[in-house]
Amino acid sequence: MSPARDFEWQDRYEAVIGLEVHTHLATESKLFSPAPVRYGDAPNHAVHPIDLALPGVLPMLNDRVIDLAIRFGLAVRGEVNPRSIFARKNYFYPDLPKGYQISQFEDPVIIGGSVQIALEGSEPRTIHLTRAHLEEDAGKSIHDPALAGSDASLVDLNRAGVPLLEIVSEPEMHSSEEAGAYLRALRSILRYIGVSHGDMEKGQFRCDANVSLRRIGTQQLGTRTECKNVNSFANVEAAIDAECVRQAEVLDDGGDVVQATMAFDPATGRTRVLRLKENSDDYRYFPDPDLVPLVIAAERIEAVRRKMPELPDEKHARFQADFALSAHDAGILTGSRELGDFFEAVVVACEAMGTDAATRAKAVSNWVLRDLLRILKERDLELEDAPIEPQALASLICLVDAGRLTVKSAQQIFPDLVCEGGDPVQMMTAQGLEAVSDSGVIEDAVARVIEANPDAVASFREGDQKSINFLMGQVMKRTQGKANPGQVRELLIQKLS
Amino acid sequence: MSDIREALGSLAAARAALDAGSLSAADLVEAALTRAQDHAALQAVVGVRPRHARDEARASDERRAKGERRSLVDGIPMLLKDNMVVAGEATTCGSRILEGFVSPYSAGVVERLQSAGAIVLGRTNMDEFAMGSSTESSCFGAARNPWDPSRTCGGSSGGSAAAVAAGIVPAALGSDTGGSIRQPAGFCGVTGFKPTYGRVSRWGLVAYASSLDQIGPFTRSAADAAALLSVIAGHDPRDSTSLPVPVPDYAAALTGDVSGLTIGMPRECFVEEGVEPGVLESVREGVRELEAAGAKVVEVSLPHSRYAIATYYLIATAEASSNLARFDGVRYGHRAEGATDIDDLYRRSRSEGFGAEVKRRILLGTYVLSAGYYDAYYKRAQQARTLLRRDFDEAFAKCDVLVTPTSPELAFPLGEKNDDPVRMYLSDIYTVTANLVGVPGLSVPCSPAAGMPVGLQLLGRSLEESTLLRVADAFQRRTDHHEKRPPEPV
Amino acid sequence: MSRISRQEVDQIAQLARLSLSDDEAAAMERDLERILEYVAALETLDTEGVEPTAHALQLATPVRPDEACEPMDPELALSNAPEAAGTAFVVPKVIDEEGR
Ligand SMILES: [Mg+2]
Ligand SMILES: [Zn+2]
Repeated sequence: MSPARDFEWQDRYEAVIGLEVHTHLATESKLFSPAPVRYGDAPNHAVHPIDLALPGVLPMLNDRVIDLAIRFGLAVRGEVNPRSIFARKNYFYPDLPKGYQISQFEDPVIIGGSVQIALEGSEPRTIHLTRAHLEEDAGKSIHDPALAGSDASLVDLNRAGVPLLEIVSEPEMHSSEEAGAYLRALRSILRYIGVSHGDMEKGQFRCDANVSLRRIGTQQLGTRTECKNVNSFANVEAAIDAECVRQAEVLDDGGDVVQATMAFDPATGRTRVLRLKENSDDYRYFPDPDLVPLVIAAERIEAVRRKMPELPDEKHARFQADFALSAHDAGILTGSRELGDFFEAVVVACEAMGTDAATRAKAVSNWVLRDLLRILKERDLELEDAPIEPQALASLICLVDAGRLTVKSAQQIFPDLVCEGGDPVQMMTAQGLEAVSDSGVIEDAVARVIEANPDAVASFREGDQKSINFLMGQVMKRTQGKANPGQVRELLIQKLS
Repeated sequence: MSDIREALGSLAAARAALDAGSLSAADLVEAALTRAQDHAALQAVVGVRPRHARDEARASDERRAKGERRSLVDGIPMLLKDNMVVAGEATTCGSRILEGFVSPYSAGVVERLQSAGAIVLGRTNMDEFAMGSSTESSCFGAARNPWDPSRTCGGSSGGSAAAVAAGIVPAALGSDTGGSIRQPAGFCGVTGFKPTYGRVSRWGLVAYASSLDQIGPFTRSAADAAALLSVIAGHDPRDSTSLPVPVPDYAAALTGDVSGLTIGMPRECFVEEGVEPGVLESVREGVRELEAAGAKVVEVSLPHSRYAIATYYLIATAEASSNLARFDGVRYGHRAEGATDIDDLYRRSRSEGFGAEVKRRILLGTYVLSAGYYDAYYKRAQQARTLLRRDFDEAFAKCDVLVTPTSPELAFPLGEKNDDPVRMYLSDIYTVTANLVGVPGLSVPCSPAAGMPVGLQLLGRSLEESTLLRVADAFQRRTDHHEKRPPEPV
Repeated sequence: MSRISRQEVDQIAQLARLSLSDDEAAAMERDLERILEYVAALETLDTEGVEPTAHALQLATPVRPDEACEPMDPELALSNAPEAAGTAFVVPKVIDEEGR
């Protein structure tokens, strides 16, 4: 890959990118078998005779996937197909025990829909979805010479039959950044609505990228290639960039891009041809005669709609309107469902404790965006795994609000509160951090500071307002930061005027 | 006729002997095992489970001693076609590809039989993967007709038909995809019943063509069929195509009264051309018997029935080509030695494991589903199925039951049709329609022709098994064809 | 006019993972030709506007609740395996890893 060409292909070509995402649905059991959906078991420890395709077994649909599919359809504002059909996709592969995959072909469960993406510095865009359909995952072929010898592979069917939603986008993205933004937005939606855990490391969210180039100024789509099973956001973006460069080189040399399935090698940063698309890919789809059509009544869709959780973009708008947050702050707070829920829970708890309504949301968002996220990042902790309760942060904010705790002391307590949990009142007492509001102690400190700092006193009296801050700092120092700053300020001004 | 031979001759006789205490379940099992051996030349039975059968018989006898009886079939030995799995037992479907396979689970019908106290004695011979009409394509060799061992017993459930005809057991189960219960029942002179599609669970039935397959009983009489069907019928939550409807009391339907019923004779099924002499005359005589019993007879038409065989072979082979993909030598069954790569393993295991007829149907099914042919063949066949269903709806608006010959021929000599697949396929000309439209069908023996049994087929509306059983039972109350027994082996 | 060619027989045999000897392939070509000839009767049928029937059944979609069962004892799951290593099935090396 020559850097010069890498730099310039975009001057001549426009990338056209469509993505196919396979996401595991959040169920207890498999799509057509009651075997548990589990990750990390030893081979064939989570299987049922159905997953082994033993002679005589039959598929029976998992009821929950219907609701999850509907929920996704509503979230992306697609059409829930009232009658979708399970079809067999026939091919031989050792991790495909039946010799066919049960999928949906002509009549998918969700038709259309869209996802909003926003890239920094450009207008938000709508990426349209072609469809989303239900299908079963395959098992795994393990190529480990240590286990199987160099001329054999192992077959583990634990994953065989795990429910998947395959979400197919229209070819509407034009850069790897847009593709990455789409994938993040899609994963966020899936996690928000509880349809998928979307854990990429567990293979719960996998992406195939269809990429083609066309000369700028033309409408004719070029021949596309498909990069299979790229397993992280960064790799998807890198794979698309690498494939665009490769295709540009082929086209620049006067060649034709050949329709093929590509593999991306993260080690080299390059794509290579895995297999040419030939007519041998004859999957002989036909309606699965072991199953009847998936009929979804309008009432069921309505029932799911009534229980729909709020979507990221809805929450984003509401946070701006209800809490007077900036688009930016609201964007971060709604970036994950856990963070947005935590924020709201703290606000609600503050309200119950009677914090001042005007400053409440601002204070909470400051604590969350500034302190909480920093601490989580420093400690490499996920919010879900952090012991802090929303109630505890609310009570900390109330202590500050009531003058019982200075901001400084509160910040001193906060990391422990996040990482170990606990009650701020107890922590404050135990660490002797309660703000001093005993006027005798403060008056004494003020008198000593005035006495010890004649220069600062003089310049204040000459009209230098800043020197009051210096004097205040001195008083705080004397009281180990525990004096109520408002009270100190008031006293100082009173004594000096 | 000895008592024990009498008792193994029908469910009613076996039950009577058990109830009277003249025979125990253990006696029945021993006698059935002995008879299976005596009739070994028929190659009807391909495997028995004597130890388990004896244990189950003892348990049944103990229950009976305490005055308990689980059902009308408690303590009675039965045989299953070798395509229904039994936990801990071999299932081969008559194919080398399942050599060595032992099922870790039991079929829905097996669970029902066992919880009713029936004794699963063993497995019967069949055409490989139920693909055939003569039980000649089995890896165990051809089963033979007890009435004339030089002839076929029909198929694909030929072993079950022959075993009941020969009185090895009072009843057996078969499966019927295009006539595989009814045609061998007709050839062997027993009662064979294919219930409505979805009436009996397919869980644990090794699939041939999923949208057509249905399990049903082989018995001496319609009354026996009613007793056995009430044990095996009913909803199974593991089978998406199992009907979630209650099972009526079939025995209560056997009133002997057919007055007020209308019997339709499809004109297309009574054309002499292509039908062996004597067959139509026997069936017409049977119809006259029903008329004499008070039924009204009308002529009806099934104009699309001439497309039925073509429609059936396209649909059945398409489904089969996919259903049989799982036999790949990876997880169970035959695996070829010395394969160099995975594709080589697949090709060699499957080519060694499957017989010629199975390969032929897999290839045909693969062809009709492949790109470019789907619409011309598979989709067109599904449309023809719709037209055929409309024919039946119209016919059943005019009558309650249809009557036809079961087969256009008598049991033919072994080997006669092996070189001609299309001729073999035409053997199912009267039976495939019931599978395509899902309705129940039953074959009862009518008067023999040329010394061989002839089957009279009754077809009913969906879920109206009771009506079919009532008509068949009324017929059998007036005739004794079903009571005739083939000669004992010398 | 022939309805199926030897080349098509070879193609579908490959799709179905069956290997046929020359004699077998020739016999299959002949048999399939005859069968296709016979089923060609359907071509005369007017199916304009006729809905296909995949099943004789008209059923509401059957489902099971999303409850996980105890998985199979792995030993039982592997009990029929022609070749196993630990609790995995063994096959000849699979080359085309994710190429589907
Ligand atoms: Mg795809
Ligand atoms: Zn997919």
